[in-house]
Amino acid sequence: MTTQPVHFYQVGSFAVGNRLLRDEQRTVQSRADRTNSIDSGHRACQGCGEALGARYALDAAMRSSGGQIVAVNATGCLEVFSTPYPETSWRIPWLHSLFGNAPAVATGVAAALRAKGRGDVRVVAQAGDGGTVDIGFGCLSGMFERNDDVLFICYDNEGYMNTGVQRSAATPPAARTATTDVVGPEPGNVFGQGKDLPRLAMAHDIAFVATATVADLHDLEEKVERAMELHGARYLHVLVPCPLGWGSASNETIHLARLAQETGLFPVFEAEHGVVTHAKRIRRRVPVQDYLSLQRRYAHLFGAHPRPDVVERIQAMADANIERYGLLDVSDEEVSV
Amino acid sequence: MLRQIEGSRAIAETVALCRPEVVCAYPISPQTHIIEAIGAMVKAGTLAPCEFINVESEFAAMSVAIGASATGARAYTATASQGLLYMIEAVYNAAGLGLPIVMTLANRAIGAPINIWNDHSDAMAVRDAGWIQLFAETNQEAADLHVQAFRLAEELSVPVMVCMDGFILTHAVERVDILDQATVDRLLPPYEPRQVLDPADPVSIGAMVGPEAFEEVRYLAHLRQLDALVRVPQIASDFEVVTGRASGGLVNCYRTDDAETIVVALGSVLGTIKDAVDLRREVGERVGVVGITCFRPFPGDAVREALRGASQIVVLEKAFSVGFGGVLATDVAMSVHGDHHELRSVVAGLGGRPITRRSLEDLIGAAVRGDLPALTFLDLDHGSVDRERARMAKTRRSGPSAENLLRDRGTVGVAKARRES
Repeated sequence: MTTQPVHFYQVGSFAVGNRLLRDEQRTVQSRADRTNSIDSGHRACQGCGEALGARYALDAAMRSSGGQIVAVNATGCLEVFSTPYPETSWRIPWLHSLFGNAPAVATGVAAALRAKGRGDVRVVAQAGDGGTVDIGFGCLSGMFERNDDVLFICYDNEGYMNTGVQRSAATPPAARTATTDVVGPEPGNVFGQGKDLPRLAMAHDIAFVATATVADLHDLEEKVERAMELHGARYLHVLVPCPLGWGSASNETIHLARLAQETGLFPVFEAEHGVVTHAKRIRRRVPVQDYLSLQRRYAHLFGAHPRPDVVERIQAMADANIERYGLLDVSDEEVSV
Repeated sequence: MLRQIEGSRAIAETVALCRPEVVCAYPISPQTHIIEAIGAMVKAGTLAPCEFINVESEFAAMSVAIGASATGARAYTATASQGLLYMIEAVYNAAGLGLPIVMTLANRAIGAPINIWNDHSDAMAVRDAGWIQLFAETNQEAADLHVQAFRLAEELSVPVMVCMDGFILTHAVERVDILDQATVDRLLPPYEPRQVLDPADPVSIGAMVGPEAFEEVRYLAHLRQLDALVRVPQIASDFEVVTGRASGGLVNCYRTDDAETIVVALGSVLGTIKDAVDLRREVGERVGVVGITCFRPFPGDAVREALRGASQIVVLEKAFSVGFGGVLATDVAMSVHGDHHELRSVVAGLGGRPITRRSLEDLIGAAVRGDLPALTFLDLDHGSVDRERARMAKTRRSGPSAENLLRDRGTVGVAKARRES
């Protein structure tokens, strides 16, 4: 009989399969009693990071609350692909009002539940990056500042993908969008702009701020669980690659999310009351080029007229993140660079 | 209980008797005293259970009310003017979702130029939003209309806006009979929502609807408004049976039985018009007044009936559609179409310009003589306007017209002279 040794990391990715874990370490998704808060049959694109992130986040929230959640949704991809009546994918009470008001609507839901003595029912609000960092920011900052009992989740795909890939304040420098075209001397989105929402959230001194990606779904679930243990305003910022907007292969979504973290471009950390309590270390550092070159939105940086100078500036951003959050142990750096 | 009380205080106390569960507020004059008073009641614990939320904008205020109402709570807020415009997207949304939110609108002009005083431009800006809009003539009626508004809103799943003139009513201290809790409880049963966010029975609220059903959804909203035309007078009648006081309804007629000329208006100016009508009656003119309490839905049949005997209709309103003319006048004209009335549109009282009894007497006199043009701006200083038009024709960079007009009318010069003396 031939045998094959089982390697803990079989795919070269540090991803851990559920079958290699003890029962209690397995994801909510691997359980027969998962709630399927957002059910199959929705209209998300193949490889949609947002659909994946929302599914894990909401089912984890459902598990933490004993199935007692109300979800509020901003206008955006998630709202559109999950719902057109009568084909809703939501198996939880779900309310969509407008693009820019999800945090305030969630405040109203939480207030009503408090007035009615339903402290057992928890409120989760969700939006894309446009609904969070741009049009929803006023309401979000108000909800944070009042410390309303709402977990707000931003699924960040770095642009207005629902309307055809336009720039948001979460679009990274050099990225091509329909409103930051690859024309002129500095093609793509400009440097020196943009809003770092997790840090802005931390500045409100709220109980919990965390970032996550769909590359590490255990981590995402754990952060949702931690958030649900706490009360008051909580913020979770999840990086969700978008094959349509990023110009990436749909089977690269998880890989790209992992590279975003492993380059340092997207720091994964958590903070309580404005202080970073933990940052996920980079296990195998990669240069930003490995991440950028898989996405057509950065195609103008490579190819016939490469722009190593621009890539270098993006690398500097990654390096700054690594420095700021201490994402790299010295020993790791020797191995990976 | 009869009290000598500020209009805003009367509203706050009446809203509190309606047992709201979530009240959200963003300050804007002249609505502030209402929400300040409710906030104090919640903080003191005299209004409970109720959550009072100081939000960061009117857009958030209406959004919080939307979330609360969709969760089955009785939700209330108040605003005015720029605040209403800032929340307008959520105002439409609340109506589209069929959420029975009640909001006080302390009517105030819309800038620019910025102006905090009363007119009805704000209410007219949202007349098509799908809200029921009730206009109060007095503080007593404003208070009573709030009880009726919650009843109406919750029965029909339609939001209701109670419009009361900013400052003229909100800040006027006068006699108001504040109802007691038992009476309000008789008039207003607990809220039973048609749709609610409930983990035990999950529904999706506010999902997308395409061309295949959108028109039907909107038409249903129209039908619910038409239902209100039936329920508004019935609820007013119930109110009168329980309290012994006539308040609300669709339209209110004053000395119209034999009137040849009838003035139609909204809100507190009706009192002054009635005084002017009394005086014109003394000189033998057959004039009357029709006050419209329910502006949306527009009670076309009731208006037509009330105006049937008149040969001339004068619609006086504190708003207008720039580039066209009267807004209310258009609705009245549609209602009486084919009845062969002469219809005159009068725009008055913009930005708090006093509408004096004397001006109204002159206006009614001119109407009776047949001297009133199709569109009149009451007490407009045509000289100032003509001189500014001349300046604009003469000089390209004539500067801000608002400042030029104030200089022309002497206001700026006087202030400057006072400073220099």
